[in-house]
Amino acid sequence: MATDVHRPVSRFAVHVEGLTRSFDGRAVIDALDLDVRPGEFVALLGRSGCGKSTLLRVLAGLDREIEGTVLVPRRKAVAFQAPRLMPWKRVWRNVLLGLPGKPERAVAEQALDEVGLGHRSQAWPKTLSGGEAQRASLARALVREPDLLLLDEPFGALDALTRIKAQRLVGEVWQRRGCAVLLVTHDVEEAVLLADRVLVMDGGVIAHEQTVDLDRPRDIADPRFAELRASLLERLGVDTAAESPGIESPAAESPAVKASAA
Amino acid sequence: MSISHAPPAHQSDIPAISKDEESPLDLQPLVPASARRARVPRWLRRTTGPVLLLLLWQLLSATGVLPSDVLASPGRIAEVGRELVADGSLPSAMATSLRRVAAGLLFGTVVGTGLALVSGLFRIGEDLVDAPLQMLRTVPFVGLIPLFIIWFGIGETPKTAIITLGVTFPLYLNVYAGIRGVDAQLIEAGESLGLSRWGLVRHVVLPGALPGALTGLRYSLGIAWLALVFAEQVNADSGIGFLMVQARDFLRTDVIVVCLIVYAFLGLLADFIVRSLERLLLQWRPTFTGR
Ligand SMILES: Nc1ncnc2c1ncn2[C@@H]1O[C@H](COP(=O)(O)OP(=O)(O)OP(=O)(O)O)[C@@H](O)[C@H]1O
Ligand SMILES: [Mg+2]
Repeated sequence: MATDVHRPVSRFAVHVEGLTRSFDGRAVIDALDLDVRPGEFVALLGRSGCGKSTLLRVLAGLDREIEGTVLVPRRKAVAFQAPRLMPWKRVWRNVLLGLPGKPERAVAEQALDEVGLGHRSQAWPKTLSGGEAQRASLARALVREPDLLLLDEPFGALDALTRIKAQRLVGEVWQRRGCAVLLVTHDVEEAVLLADRVLVMDGGVIAHEQTVDLDRPRDIADPRFAELRASLLERLGVDTAAESPGIESPAAESPAVKASAA
Repeated sequence: MSISHAPPAHQSDIPAISKDEESPLDLQPLVPASARRARVPRWLRRTTGPVLLLLLWQLLSATGVLPSDVLASPGRIAEVGRELVADGSLPSAMATSLRRVAAGLLFGTVVGTGLALVSGLFRIGEDLVDAPLQMLRTVPFVGLIPLFIIWFGIGETPKTAIITLGVTFPLYLNVYAGIRGVDAQLIEAGESLGLSRWGLVRHVVLPGALPGALTGLRYSLGIAWLALVFAEQVNADSGIGFLMVQARDFLRTDVIVVCLIVYAFLGLLADFIVRSLERLLLQWRPTFTGR
């Protein structure tokens, strides 16, 4: 990992100032400011259609129809909301696509093993289940060893157990690699579990910001965890009073919270 | 949210289905596909139609409904076919014709695909190439034969040129449409993976355009035979078309039919090749394959 000595090392992995993105005159992102420190794990919450994916696309450098300042590292990786695998490439070739040099198939296989898909590396994408395709897409992002990892609801189609495994995997990759992560999610619990900082997007800006200073690994049974989760749910407009038993015993109630957040 | 909190009392809200007034539901057995699969093999089913047609034809000829100077009987045609093969005139004519088609196809494919790449990949290419091609496309290429004869004489060149021309347009249109039909989300994904411009073309655009390109190839093959017939009938001293013109002068309907059958079989062969290519190259495609 050669560091680029010619450029000043930025204090930020992401620096966004006054970002505006409009579709047909409607500003979906409206003068948004955002800073992410190198190595920081940031989760982004927000109502459906509030512009989370749009922000992610901008940060990925895929959308240049913008106003404002956006600074991002050169090495980025994205896992999109939809898997977007190339249907004409077998899974392992999809994982290696775009990697510099001529990487061995073993590299892809290792990444696929990590997401529990090692046995499907030879498959065509059309034969994957929804969750498998999503995991393949995740493996494709992780294998790139980026400085900034952009994840758009990467666990959306996964069952509870696979989801926990995938969350753990992302946590591990993040800690090993020390990359900054921006994770878009609808699952408040997931956000509190993984992130250093949780952002809530609304009205085209970051409307709320919550630092999570719980020790890792985090325990969802911790009362402070439940407190954070409840306050975030409140920010999102979920009436937490209606599920007050959930605040006392979060572990038992987590399915209900997921159901409401999803 | 009430999913896991619903007190048991709520369950009584759900209209209870009383057990004693069981309404008889009309259940349907779902037959497994293996049981429904036809007992007759596919190739046999596909050949039944032509064979029946052949039998009918033989019957009409034998009963005299179809006089032999209008159309020779299948038996007679088979005999003539054997003769033509034996004296070597049919194989040599076929070789000549095949060579012409191959050359025309090759040039047409190169030109058509090349132009499609230029106008499919670059907007400036589209502006420069697409309009003139759309214009030329509407000119019936057969109408250009006299012009080609004046330009290129009566050798192989005008024949190859006419086939090339016929092949170029369907390929151009389909490859171009194929390129422009590639999912923008996949292009975006490719970009985000750090693919270079050429990498995008190679790994995303071209594979994505392949279904269109093969459709274009199918059309092109059909047109190639058509162009061949025209080119060989207008002026030629060899090839299947020439054999037919000769047969016409001697009122030999049997020879003409043999030639037509040869055309048909060559067309079938071409179709088979494209089908095999599709099966091989498009196995990734999650599309409807018929019931
Ligand atoms: N290409 C586009 N043209 C017009 N409007 C668009 C376009 N892309 C997104 N939008 C609009 O911008 C808004 C934000 O979309 P975005 O995809 O960022 O939402 P999101 O926050 O990711 O939602 P979700 O949680 O449902 O994925 C939506 O109202 C959407 O309709
Ligand atoms: Mg989205």
